Amino acid sequence: MIVIVDYGMGNLNSVKRRLDSLAQDVVISNDSRVIAQAERLILPGVGHFGQAMDNLKKMSLIAILNDLVIESKIPVLGICLGMQLMTKSSEEGDVEGLGWFDCNTEKMKVGNNSIYKLPHIGWNTITFEQSNQLMEGIEWNSEVYFVHNYGVYNAPQNQILNHTDYGSSFVSALQKDNIIGMQYHPEKSHDVGLQILRNFLKFN
Amino acid sequence: MYRPRVIPVLLLKNNHLVKTVGFSNANYIGDPINAVRLFNDLRVDELVFLDIDATKSGRCIDIDLVREIGEEANMPFSVGGGVKHLDQIRDIIAAGAERAIIGTQAVESPNFIIDAVKHFGTSTISVCIDVKKNIWGKKKVFIKNAKVNTSLDAFEFAKKMQTLGVGELIVQSVDNDGKMQGYDLELIQNISEAVNIPVVALGGAGSVQDLRNAWHIGKANGLAAGSIFVYQGTKKGVLINYPQKSEWFY
Repeated sequence: MIVIVDYGMGNLNSVKRRLDSLAQDVVISNDSRVIAQAERLILPGVGHFGQAMDNLKKMSLIAILNDLVIESKIPVLGICLGMQLMTKSSEEGDVEGLGWFDCNTEKMKVGNNSIYKLPHIGWNTITFEQSNQLMEGIEWNSEVYFVHNYGVYNAPQNQILNHTDYGSSFVSALQKDNIIGMQYHPEKSHDVGLQILRNFLKFN
Repeated sequence: MYRPRVIPVLLLKNNHLVKTVGFSNANYIGDPINAVRLFNDLRVDELVFLDIDATKSGRCIDIDLVREIGEEANMPFSVGGGVKHLDQIRDIIAAGAERAIIGTQAVESPNFIIDAVKHFGTSTISVCIDVKKNIWGKKKVFIKNAKVNTSLDAFEFAKKMQTLGVGELIVQSVDNDGKMQGYDLELIQNISEAVNIPVVALGGAGSVQDLRNAWHIGKANGLAAGSIFVYQGTKKGVLINYPQKSEWFY
């Protein structure tokens, strides 16, 4: 079973609809008894980092997530805010995250060039350093869809999956063993996004 | 590499697609869900849906229709029309839309914008500014389907919306709507250079060259249009279409 964790942040149906086209047994849930049975987890999310951590705490979901991801090591995919929550902290609200990746989320650094507005909304390209199961069938510089104000700039080299340029280069996806985070929205990224989701479902 | 989004804007009247000229003379185009399917196949960057009767009728864009769009759309989309309550934004986002677009209510109740940004985050709230020249040629913000002149200066209003935390501005020229003779590039450029949030150009595009101009001259982050994506040829035969990505920026 693939569980999309519903912690009250944004729209989950578009993720579900895309996954439904690739797999059976995709459910949206905020119930820790259901989440506990997951073989794969999706942590989506749109909105404010501080609010999201608050929701996870209030809904008592952090323990079960840590248990599944750190102890049982099931594959987990964080999307957009979901990826940021996996870092140690964010400048947005200045609060601690889940700390699964050894890096922090910062305000986007775009410089003073008027072309690079914030939020970073729209299509941009991803690069990747080495062959990775998650990038199977994906061409170098493929376009994916972004919507965000905050991002990751400094991460351990072996946890970086993708880079993207927006005013300066930032880390647009992270991977550490079973844990994957994507700043972009694969569920909104046409064929490229669908292929990335397909790769995640096969990832082991 | 980052590039601007090319965005078909689809107008709704009684839940049918229409296209206007100068905000009048709505011409029937077809079924919105069918259009979404065609735009899926064309791999469009993003879609915008605006219910042009909603504000006048005192209602919000039909949430059931937004849900149907969300069930079909493989691309990000935003919707607007009569949005004036937080619950409506919640429903719109839950239905699968990326952003809610606010027009008249942004003028009538700036506090609503502040609340909306607080609840849903900057990147979920777009404001559409309908701009029309008054009799002295000054560019003013119009509301209620461009029937009412607010006397607000378009440029100052755009800056104010940024201050309130809006994540994106759709700058629409009422005068140029449907004429297919180009955007109001001066308006787009002035606003783009004055704010540090994304600006979407709308109103008047008649060719791929117009789209390019909105990017190169207007400095817009979104190149939006109606007519060129729903009509073909000088007789304006209805045909859902989208330029090849290779044509865009050269």
